[in-house]
Amino acid sequence: MLSKSKIFFKGIVAVLPHMLSVIPFGIITGAIGIELGFDPILVYATSLIIFGGASQIIFMQLLSGGASSLVAITSVGVINSRHLLYGAVLSEYLEKLSFIKKLLISYFIVDQGFAESNKYIKQNKNLSNPHYYVLGTGITLWFCWQLSTISGIILGSFIPDELGLKFAIPLTFLAIIVNDLRKLDHVFVMLVSGFASLILFNAPFKSYIILSPIVALIAAFIMLRFKK
Amino acid sequence: MTWFSIIVSGIVTYFSRMAMVALIDRDMLGTKVKEVLNYVPAAVFPAIIFPGVFFTDFGLLVEITDPKIYGAIVALVVGFYSRSVIATIVSGLLSYWFIIFFLLR
Repeated sequence: MLSKSKIFFKGIVAVLPHMLSVIPFGIITGAIGIELGFDPILVYATSLIIFGGASQIIFMQLLSGGASSLVAITSVGVINSRHLLYGAVLSEYLEKLSFIKKLLISYFIVDQGFAESNKYIKQNKNLSNPHYYVLGTGITLWFCWQLSTISGIILGSFIPDELGLKFAIPLTFLAIIVNDLRKLDHVFVMLVSGFASLILFNAPFKSYIILSPIVALIAAFIMLRFKK
Repeated sequence: MTWFSIIVSGIVTYFSRMAMVALIDRDMLGTKVKEVLNYVPAAVFPAIIFPGVFFTDFGLLVEITDPKIYGAIVALVVGFYSRSVIATIVSGLLSYWFIIFFLLR
């Protein structure tokens, strides 16, 4: 049986490769906030209080472009609503925790951490303390995100634009699902989601981020009915 | 006003993280829903990947010659065979840089 600290450590190790994209993205996020003319404290507050990469950038862009608070808040809510799906999946592994612990661990649910935790816990079904893995991934991502946005705020965009490091973002997520390309049913759901996102890209409030997964999950539901 | 927006956005985001974990009892979800939830990664991440590869910063479809497409293909093939996150990201970035810094100059 693995000890709690070992499971926690495994979670840390699992998300380290993703720092290749998380750290540049954090620096860019901090630098964009300053370029848009926000107070450094405000820019950092988005990392601490909202803690969600893409949504922070869009939030600041909207407000600096003169959008109302309501529009900015709605966009953040829509973009981040995908966490509801992560939570629904993780709830099975976090079931036994006390309510307070559930409230605390929730703050650390992040894309890459969710994906790596889900993968690991599925492969190690009789793990006694799976939440330590979730915490290991989440806290690591949290620290790196805080530190990288702070360095972006202080140093500005010291990463040259020409490097096109934004491209690292789709690559991280590709790395997360590339293994599932071995399963045809998953490939089908991925293609539905991907094409839906291209079609829905211009929907208001960046809602393609949640609409495409919903379309894909409905497709998965229909697919499962036909399989039986 | 900006502080107000940040705090409300933070509450909304936190709620999205916490709602399913803390407020929903797992038994409330039927077996069918649980089966469908197996596809959450497959349903969520392509919606981030596809626009990141196939759209420009201005929301226009990229051309078929766009370096991002070829970087993504390299990453896909390398990732598939290596099963390594680092190899996937690094191969994608390196091939992308190779195209923009050497082939297109």
